[in-house]
Amino acid sequence: MAHDTHIQVRSQAEFEYAKKKRADEMKGHLATFAIMIFLTLIAFTMVAAGFSTYLIVPIILLLAGIQVILQLYYFMHMSGKGHGMVAFFMFCGMFVAFITVLALVTIVWW
Amino acid sequence: MSSIAQKKGFGATIWDFMTTVDHKKIAILYLISGGFFFLVGGVEAMLIRIQLAKAGNDFLSAGLYNEIITMHGTTMIFLASMPILLAFMNAIMPLQIGARDVAFPFLNSLGFWLFFFGGIFLNLSWFMGGAPDAGWTNYASLALASEGHGIDFYTLGLTISGFGTLIAGINFLVTIINMRAPGMTYMRMPLFTWTTFVASALILLAFPPLTVGLFFMIFDRLFGANFFAVDMGGNTIIWEHLFWIFGHPEVYILILPAFGIFSEIFAIFSRKRLFGYTALVFATILIGFYGFMVWAHHMFTVGLGPTANAVFALATMIIAVPTGIKIFNWLLTIWGGNISFTVPMIYAVAFIPSFVAGGVTGVMQAIAPLDYQLHDSYFIVAHFHYVIVGGVVLAILAGTHLYWPKMFGTMLSEKLGKWTFWFFFIGFHLTFFIQHFLGLMGMPRRVYTFGADQGWDLFNAISSAGAVLMAIGVIIMLVNVVMTTIKNERVGNDPWGDGRTLEWAIPSPPPFYNFAQTPLVRGLDTYWIEKMEGNKKGMIFAEPLGDIHMPNGSIIPFVMSLGMFIASFGALYFLDGDKPWALAVLVIGMLILFGSMLLRSLKDDLGFHITKAELLEDAKGGKTDGH
Repeated sequence: MAHDTHIQVRSQAEFEYAKKKRADEMKGHLATFAIMIFLTLIAFTMVAAGFSTYLIVPIILLLAGIQVILQLYYFMHMSGKGHGMVAFFMFCGMFVAFITVLALVTIVWW
Repeated sequence: MSSIAQKKGFGATIWDFMTTVDHKKIAILYLISGGFFFLVGGVEAMLIRIQLAKAGNDFLSAGLYNEIITMHGTTMIFLASMPILLAFMNAIMPLQIGARDVAFPFLNSLGFWLFFFGGIFLNLSWFMGGAPDAGWTNYASLALASEGHGIDFYTLGLTISGFGTLIAGINFLVTIINMRAPGMTYMRMPLFTWTTFVASALILLAFPPLTVGLFFMIFDRLFGANFFAVDMGGNTIIWEHLFWIFGHPEVYILILPAFGIFSEIFAIFSRKRLFGYTALVFATILIGFYGFMVWAHHMFTVGLGPTANAVFALATMIIAVPTGIKIFNWLLTIWGGNISFTVPMIYAVAFIPSFVAGGVTGVMQAIAPLDYQLHDSYFIVAHFHYVIVGGVVLAILAGTHLYWPKMFGTMLSEKLGKWTFWFFFIGFHLTFFIQHFLGLMGMPRRVYTFGADQGWDLFNAISSAGAVLMAIGVIIMLVNVVMTTIKNERVGNDPWGDGRTLEWAIPSPPPFYNFAQTPLVRGLDTYWIEKMEGNKKGMIFAEPLGDIHMPNGSIIPFVMSLGMFIASFGALYFLDGDKPWALAVLVIGMLILFGSMLLRSLKDDLGFHITKAELLEDAKGGKTDGH
C-alpha cells in the first residue's frame, strides 16, 4: 500500500560506512574469484598429471563442494540478511539428498 | 465487483468453484473431493472385510481382491487423508497467521485440480480394464509382471496428483515464511500452523523421490526401459528405496497436521494455553527431521545386512522420544484444565490411547529381529491402521467438527457427533485390535481367503463386525452434515466460545478477503489475549482501513489439469500397438497443457481492488461472501 514516501538522507558517516562496505565486498569477490580459479587449476592439473582415479574423483568432488559454497555465499549473497530460511531449506535438502545417496551407495551397490 | 451477496444459480456456483482462487473455497473443494474418495476407499474396505468374514469365502475373486486392497490403500492415503488435511490447512492456516490468502492463489487452485484429475484418472481404472493390483507399495517385480493397464493408471495418476500435492506444499511454505501478520513471530504461530509448516517441508523433500520412482516405473512399463528389470541388469530394490524414502515421510505428512489439530483442540477445550509449546514445536521439527532417516525399517527383511538394519532400527526407535514428548505435553495441557467434552475433545481424548497403542507396536517392529517374525503379517496391518485411523482419521473427524462452523458457518450436531464417535471408535478397536493376534497366529497380510482349519475364523468375523460399526458411524456423520446444511442455523465468530487463535476472531465463514485490516499479533493465542483484555473487536490492527488488492479467479488451472489428464490416456495406450490414436491424444493433451501455460504467461492478470467504501459497507453488516 502506498503510504507516505520516505526519503532518506545519508549522513557523511553513513556514506563512508557504505563505501567501505562496498570496497570490502569487492575485495571478497576478487579473493573468492581467485580461489575458485586456483581450485579449478588444481582439478585440471591432477587429471593432467595422471594420478590414480580413486584419488582424483573424491578430491574433485570435494573441490566442487567448496566451489558451490563459495558461489552461494559470495556471489549469490546468501550471507546477506533475510536468507536464513533459504539457507535452512537448502541445507535440509542437501542433507536428505546426502543421506539418500549414502544409503544407496552403501547398502545397494557396495 | 460488488461485495453485496446475490443468490446464485447452480451453474453459476459450479463455475465459481471451478475458477476460484480463494483459499477458503479451495479448502471446500479439497474437503468434498477428499470426502468422496474417503467414501470410495471405505466401500473398498467393507468389501475386503466381507470377503474375509468367513473362511473360504468366494464373495470376491483373488484377482479382484488384489485390485481392491491396492486401491483401498492408495485411495485412503493419497486421495482421502492427505486432501482432507490439505482442506483444513487451506481453510485455517492463512487465517491463523493473519494473511488474506496463500502466497500463490493461482497455484493453489492448480494444485487442487491436479490432485482431483489424478484421483479421477486412478479410479477410472475400474471401468477401463482393471485397477492396479500390486499393493499400494507397488513393488517393482510384482508391478512389472502385472498384466493390463492397472499399474499404468497407478503410476500416471499418482504422478499427476503428486504434482498437485507438491505445489500445495511449496505454497504453504512460502505463505508461512512470508505472509505472517506483523508480530506473528515463528514462536507465536499456533501449533496447527507449525505442523502445516513442517508437513509442507516434508512434502517438498519427500515427493521428488516418489516422482523419480514413478517416472522410472512409467518408463519401464510404457516405453520399454529397464530400471527395475533384473534380467536386463536393472535393480528391483531401488524402487523399494525410492518408494520408502518418500513413504516414510509421507506417514509424518499425514500425522503431523493431525497432531496440530489435536493440539488446537486440547488447548481450546481445556481453556488453557498449550503446556510446553516450545517443546511441542521442537518435537514437531525433530519428528520431521528423523522421518528421513528411517525408511529402511520397511525393508528389514530385504537383506540389507546387519549393519544397515541396526542403524535404521536405532534411528526408528529414537522417533518415539519426540512423539512421547508430545503425548506428555497434551496430557499436561488437559491436566487441571477447565475441560468441556465437546465432540472434537472426545475425539482428542480417545486419540491419545489409540495412537500410543499404534506407536508402541511401531517400536516393537523397529526391533529388526522381531520384525522378521512380524513382517507381512496382520500384526503390521493392525499397527498401521492404529496409527492412521487412530491418529489421522480421528483427527480428520475431530477437525471436521471443530472447523465446520469456520468453513460453512453452521455447527454440526453435537448429539449426532457423539453417536458417530462411539460407533466409529468402538468399531475401530473391534476391527483392528484383534488383528494383532491374527498376525501373531500367523495370518499373512494381502491373502484373499483362508482355510477353515487355520483357526482364524472367529477373529476375522469379529474384525468384520467392527468394520460394520465404523461404517454406521460414517453414515451418521453424513446424515449430520446433510441435516446441519438444511437447518442452516448461522453462527458467530467464535462458536465454541473458547477460541484462542486468530481464525476465531473473524466471521464464520470469513469474508473473501479474510481480514479487512491486517491484525497486529501480541503473543501466542492472539485472540485469547484480546478477549482477556476485554477487546470487543477481538484484535488490534496493524494498518488503517484501505483498499485491498485481490487476485482474479481463473479457469486456467482447471484446463491445465485437464490437459495432463487427457495426455495421460495417450501415454497409457502409447505402446499398445493396436491404438494408433494414442499418440494424437498424448499430443493434444500436451498442447492443451502448454497452451494454457503460455496463455497464463503472456496475458497479464493484475487482479482487482476492493475499495475502502465497499469494506465499510461490509462492516456495517452487509453480507460478505464476495462476488
